[in-house]
Amino acid sequence: MSPWREGIARLRRYPSAVAGLAIIAALIATAVYTVIAIPYPQAQELWRGGERWQELPVNAGPVWADRLLGGDAPRTLTASSAAAETVEEAAYDGVRLNRTVLAVDYPYTEFPSEVTLFLEADFEQRRPFVRMRWRTPDGEVIPLGARRVGEQGRVSISQDRGLESRLGRAPQVGLFAEPGPAGTEERPEARPGRYELILETVHFERTSQLAAELVVYGQVHGLLGTDHERRDLAVALLWGTPVALAFGLLAAVGTTVTTLVIAAAGVWYGGWVDALIQRLTEINMILPLLPILVMVGTLYSTSIWLMLGVVVVLGIFSAGIKMYRAMLLPLREAGYIEAARAYGASNPRIILRYMVPRILPVLLPTFVTLIPTYVFLEASLAVLGLGDPVLPTWGKVLHDAQAQSALYHGHYYWVLEPAALLMLTGLGFAMLGFALDRVFNPRLRSV
Amino acid sequence: MRALLSGSALRDLGRLGLFTAKRLGALLVTVLIGVYLTIVIANMGGKVDELRMVQIRSEVAEQVRADPAFQDLSAEERQRLMERQVQLEVERLRLDEPFFWRSLDYLRQAMLLDLGRAEQMHSDAGSRQVYNIIAERLPATLVLFGTGNLLVFFVSVYAALGLSRRYGSALDRAVIGLAPSSAAPGWFYGIFLILLLAFIAPLFPSGGMVAAPPPESAWAYAASLARHMALPLAAIFISQIFISIYSWRTFFLIHSSEDYVEMARAKGLPERLIERRYILRPSLSPIVTSFLLMLIGLWSGAIILEQVFNWPGLGTLLFEAIGQRDTPVIIGSVVIFAYLLAATVFLLDILYAILDPRVRLDRERS
Repeated sequence: MSPWREGIARLRRYPSAVAGLAIIAALIATAVYTVIAIPYPQAQELWRGGERWQELPVNAGPVWADRLLGGDAPRTLTASSAAAETVEEAAYDGVRLNRTVLAVDYPYTEFPSEVTLFLEADFEQRRPFVRMRWRTPDGEVIPLGARRVGEQGRVSISQDRGLESRLGRAPQVGLFAEPGPAGTEERPEARPGRYELILETVHFERTSQLAAELVVYGQVHGLLGTDHERRDLAVALLWGTPVALAFGLLAAVGTTVTTLVIAAAGVWYGGWVDALIQRLTEINMILPLLPILVMVGTLYSTSIWLMLGVVVVLGIFSAGIKMYRAMLLPLREAGYIEAARAYGASNPRIILRYMVPRILPVLLPTFVTLIPTYVFLEASLAVLGLGDPVLPTWGKVLHDAQAQSALYHGHYYWVLEPAALLMLTGLGFAMLGFALDRVFNPRLRSV
Repeated sequence: MRALLSGSALRDLGRLGLFTAKRLGALLVTVLIGVYLTIVIANMGGKVDELRMVQIRSEVAEQVRADPAFQDLSAEERQRLMERQVQLEVERLRLDEPFFWRSLDYLRQAMLLDLGRAEQMHSDAGSRQVYNIIAERLPATLVLFGTGNLLVFFVSVYAALGLSRRYGSALDRAVIGLAPSSAAPGWFYGIFLILLLAFIAPLFPSGGMVAAPPPESAWAYAASLARHMALPLAAIFISQIFISIYSWRTFFLIHSSEDYVEMARAKGLPERLIERRYILRPSLSPIVTSFLLMLIGLWSGAIILEQVFNWPGLGTLLFEAIGQRDTPVIIGSVVIFAYLLAATVFLLDILYAILDPRVRLDRERS
């Protein structure tokens, strides 16, 4: 049996290796799914943020976490005029009166985080005029003011200072609270039921139209929640997976393979080549990796591919060369290499086909445990604010959370989700690596 | 007989001297190249100068415009004044010379440990000397990482010795199982610790080095420092302890399965003696190596851990310096790091020769 197959057979007996492999398989499946479901340009576009996220709440936690803790935090509810009935009332002399009722069935006892009305008017010259009223399930009617509507209008009902002073509390609380004087209860509860926003529109043109959408923002959203720019964290956390895996894998491959080949070349050629490689390794030891990466990030560009390049270049002459050299030195005199030389194999052929493959099994564990190191390195750079400018990554989510003092404000999910994914990746590869180490490292086999 | 002995001893000494000189020379060249590379990178190969020129121009223009004394000068005169001021500043920073010559000059100053003055930054006491800026931050880094790394080192070596004595036990297997947790760096655990012990259960402060304002009495100061140090220290400890125990344990196990150890056991020597004389003595040089390298590692601090805990150490300093493109401070910290590392490598070479007789023999053959 070849050493590889034997090794894999032995690996099955380590539960940690099996668990590690399962985690890695799950991560790879997620990465593949993400790349197919949200193509790269679309992911960038989504993460740039802006209007497309305007119907999601700010800093909403995941739904399941709230329900697990016994909460009843509201999800986002919307009511659109397209689905509601519009009644046209008495019309006279080019003026039309429309009445639309946007109704939401509010089942929660906690309050929404915001209430906003999006308006979109279609007119030629004269802007329509709209009057808004709020009707609670008890039938109480609260006027919300009136305004002319431009092509695009946005009424932030929950930020209406006048309304706030009239209600005696924040509008999103006051509009949904049990009737009664404000401030009597310790912790007011929302009253479930059917709430209506009554829009009375005056159109001054025969053909002008008004589309309205009421958004009652919740406090929780989806599986993973949202960030301070209303972006769905799922985009970043999903896309972080292929980015992290690719970065970790490419950096690990880049550094170990080049290091190994260079070490083998040094051993094979000997003499000044070997000496030069040794000196370069010592110089490289003096250069501190992270400060140089930070310098490159601040002074040049924070593109993830540039960072990857720098990591690989600085990793080529890493301390590993000394270790590989010690392993390769005895091979130089081995009989099968003598034989290869006798049949006329070229130098590169001997290095690449005879020397390098021989110590690959010993290298495999190092390689696997290196991957999470680089995944965390990428996250570290992002936490320092040197993440890739356009790509969503786990580190950037952590950075945003840190920058917005997520822990201080109690948005724990914002930190815990990317952290859990990072930890999972780290554990998966490390568990596999440690098991591989015991399988493929002959010195450890008896231990 | 005696003459012969002293002759060979002399030859040995001569060889050692030659070896030392060669090694010192090689290390010096290494430091030289490493520092020069850092200088080039920190100056972006000279591109930082262009940024500096723009900055000087806008600063001078701002100064001249804001100064009421220059209000009644004509536009032309003011322009000339600005030009002259820019010229003065350029000459002060010697930006009119080509970058290559200046970089050689920076290199000479750096190698002579003449760290010079910072461009933007200053120490909290107000000094612009790079030396003072670094000296002010050094104690913060040393007290945190010194405590942390020494703790990790001694706890792990001691625990590893204990585990290697009864490997295969439940405790041993638990440590092996926990070793992969070290895949995550210290700052990562720091975030969790801050979340748990500073926000959910507010037992410790979430950042900083002492309470503000700093307590007056030395005892209160030390107590406040200890409270602030607890979380970062725990983060360092958690992230390193298991992998450290694991690798030392493996190391001791490999050494304790050597034939001469078996032989000593067969002779019936007491376990303690075997441990001291047959396991620890031959494995002393790797232990010393990793101890010294760990001490050197202290110097650079850890940029991110210090950032996460808002710790005013060298890592934070370096990060700030890079952000402000204050090259003298960047180069200063790298130079000191390079020198310390080179000195350690040199010390290790000598120590190996003393601790490990095989190394000496090897050299004579080569």
